Amino acid sequence: MATAAEIEKQAEAREIRTRWYLSAPALIIILLAASGPLLIVLLYSFLTPGPYGDVQWKFSTEGWVSVFLERDIFDDTLSFASAHLTIFWRSLKLALMATVATLVFGFPTAYFIATRSERTRDIWLFLITIPFWTNLLIRTFAVLQVIRNEGLINTALINLGIIDQPIQMLYTDFAIMVGMVYVYLPLMVLPLYASMEKLDFRLVEAGYDLYATRWQVLKRIIFPLVRPGVVAGSILVFIPAIGAYVTPSVLGGGKNMMFANLIELQFGQGRNWPLGAALSITVMAIVMMALLVYVRNTAGSEVRHG
Amino acid sequence: MAKRFSIRQQTGFTTIACACFFLLYLPIAVLVIFAFNESSSVSDWGGFSLRWFVAAWSNQQVVDASWRSLKIASSAAIIATIAATMAALATTRTRTYRGLTFKYAFINQPLMVPEIVTGVALLIFFAQIKIASGYNGLGYLIAAHTAFCIPFAYLPIRARLENMDLTLERAAADLYATPWKAFRRVTLPLLWPGIIAGLMLAFVISLDDVVITEFVKSGGQDTLPTYMLGQIRRGITPEVNAISTVFLLLSVVIVTLFFFLSRKRD
Amino acid sequence: MNLKSMSMAAGLALLASTSLASAAGELNIYNWGNYISPDMIKKFEKQFDVKVTVTDYDSNDTALAKVRQGGTGFDVAMPSQTYVPIWIQEGLILETNPGGMENFKNVAPQWANPAFDPGRKYTVPWAWGTVGVVVNTDVYQGDINTWKIVFDTPDELKGKVNVVPEMNDVLHAAIKYVGGEQCTGDKEVLKKVRDVLVAAKPNWIAMEYNTIEKMGAGDFKATSDWNGSALRQRLKNPAIHYGYPTEGFQYWSDNVVVLKEAKNVENAKLFQNFMMDPENAAMNSAFHRYANGIAGSEKFMPADMTSAPEVVVPEEFKKNGEILQTCAPEVTALYTKIWTELQK
Repeated sequence: MATAAEIEKQAEAREIRTRWYLSAPALIIILLAASGPLLIVLLYSFLTPGPYGDVQWKFSTEGWVSVFLERDIFDDTLSFASAHLTIFWRSLKLALMATVATLVFGFPTAYFIATRSERTRDIWLFLITIPFWTNLLIRTFAVLQVIRNEGLINTALINLGIIDQPIQMLYTDFAIMVGMVYVYLPLMVLPLYASMEKLDFRLVEAGYDLYATRWQVLKRIIFPLVRPGVVAGSILVFIPAIGAYVTPSVLGGGKNMMFANLIELQFGQGRNWPLGAALSITVMAIVMMALLVYVRNTAGSEVRHG
Repeated sequence: MAKRFSIRQQTGFTTIACACFFLLYLPIAVLVIFAFNESSSVSDWGGFSLRWFVAAWSNQQVVDASWRSLKIASSAAIIATIAATMAALATTRTRTYRGLTFKYAFINQPLMVPEIVTGVALLIFFAQIKIASGYNGLGYLIAAHTAFCIPFAYLPIRARLENMDLTLERAAADLYATPWKAFRRVTLPLLWPGIIAGLMLAFVISLDDVVITEFVKSGGQDTLPTYMLGQIRRGITPEVNAISTVFLLLSVVIVTLFFFLSRKRD
Repeated sequence: MNLKSMSMAAGLALLASTSLASAAGELNIYNWGNYISPDMIKKFEKQFDVKVTVTDYDSNDTALAKVRQGGTGFDVAMPSQTYVPIWIQEGLILETNPGGMENFKNVAPQWANPAFDPGRKYTVPWAWGTVGVVVNTDVYQGDINTWKIVFDTPDELKGKVNVVPEMNDVLHAAIKYVGGEQCTGDKEVLKKVRDVLVAAKPNWIAMEYNTIEKMGAGDFKATSDWNGSALRQRLKNPAIHYGYPTEGFQYWSDNVVVLKEAKNVENAKLFQNFMMDPENAAMNSAFHRYANGIAGSEKFMPADMTSAPEVVVPEEFKKNGEILQTCAPEVTALYTKIWTELQK
């Protein structure tokens, strides 16, 4: 029986090899044009800032220290870098809210598309992506035109006599949320749709036959079945949202920094590339850990059927 | 209750979906309307005119940038989708093997880095290659875009694959179909919606990119977003709306064509 | 398979079609967006039989970072005066000696020998201007020639003021407001600066660049801004006026430089000389709406510019302005901390 086990083992080894070949192109492209160059960033985080940007080739941990600690410029005391934490927390909060909000709006939308007749599904799907042929900046500006004081909503409400003074929506947190949902909606809808499209509606039917309420059907049957889509969609929204700054600054007014602004400041006018590099690696590590935990947990509870 | 609910409907879902579509198109409608504005403001209506379309069309920088954007986005999206499909096949429906989690993290890695950082890293890295090879064509931009498009294409494809039924493929294998045949005839058609979703995502993500492009581009390689970035700092005119309108129109045309072609094939 | 071969073919075709042929008659300009007159480019192309390509940048820092890394393929760029010494020091630009060029005689005396490029060994004036405040006088009728508009906002303007988020410009204004010297590292002064900024921020509605449109539409009633932007705003709404803060305001200037790695050095030099011709400079000014530092160009400029108080600094205010210098790295580090504190 040893041979049979050996054969199986060989087959398994072969399969794993095939799987490596299959993933090679993606891994190589990312290695060359994304991850590999990041090693430069890692290296830079341990160097000394150049006088006018860039770095000097002198080892220093100052960049990393100032991620977490800051020396007060006035009384020279060393304290926890609360400004960095405040900014990071703002980005994190916004990203979480944006993810939940896009899920709330995206889930019904994806469900709606997935339950259309086979003929029209593609049309609905394309309708979701068409607005995204205009780029992010312009899309955000379009939202601005709608919600500003002289914008569509306020003008309409005033003309209808519902209000006499425009409601200040622009430059509020509400505006940022509207913009984020608007900008990231398809990133949620597309993966959701991809996993809902093959949802077996007989299961839904069976649920109703067993006198389940709609909420129960949704929670117990539909949601577990489309979980991979929810995971994918949440990742696609959450991670870019953490790095978002165009939408927050156009609609929120840019008075408060997002984490990406802080990093950009170091690579730009602040001329502290090592700090910028250390900040980016910090955020990357946190996101990466959160992602792994999330994927591990959700992958374990996946429902397999058929 | 004359008509009981359809199995496929959830209370309120249709309403929310319709609201979503409405809200999605409201700003777009405003954008398109102001493309036809006579005055040079994007907020005050000054009468109907096509002047901004004429202005955009006769602006060589805009026309070039538009073509360049489309070229880069289509190349990057296609390459990224192929690579992502292969990677998705390799990382789903398997027992955990050594390196699986690594692969997963690695493929999603471009998502996790703020754009400015990838931009700076690629600037430094590609500059060395540019100097050494003397080549500074669009290849760098396509490579950079492909890399950050891969996770966007990968995730929907993986989501689709993850709970796909293995029975049919096993049946195909039992019927002595070669793995390739089984893939083409069975897996690929089942996977298709995921691939389309991934391709479209990758395409629009590439079309959207400003920061990385800004750092990687060489002389004469402005894309539409980097061009618009420059405009916005110094005041935008409806010219930007006009270009966006043309792009929207183009997307409708391409999508319609694609739609009819795929209908025909079926 | 179809898809694959298709994309490979497409990829190869793209690579082939986009490798730049380095023909003799070319000039690659790297410039701020929306900052060069298309008509003037056409004139240059015609006059010298050169094909000009313009590529945009969005900030001095991006431009510096890219040019420093090299391999960009650019011949000419337009860094601001605070960056010119850095470009020179880091060996990024070619000593073309514009001071000896044929058209140099046209350069206005106050720009002929600037501190950032003594003797004009490297640079040619492109545009210059000021940073001040813009106020909608329908809303506020008091004195507008003061940074108080921004830092001690009058009641009428509270919650309606914008600040353009250029760190160095804002810090310079705040330092002048508290009576300090530019680029100061004096902790006493900087403490005051920080307190002024932090106290002023609640009265601001936003910190963004898009002022022309927002002032025009009324989202903002006042803003810190560049003068050319102020001019465009006034032409849209006559109630909008530009103030030169008496506490002190800055002069800035952008300059044409030739990169050391330029492939088309001769054309680039031609372009530098071309830009010192009054007629050409005026053509450019008519487009970007800033003054150009070339004497005699006024004759060719549009009438709404030659008399504009935004472009021609009124005599009474001239003494309050100073050219912004490159601050020392350790001072910039302090400014960055204050800025982070302000925007956290």
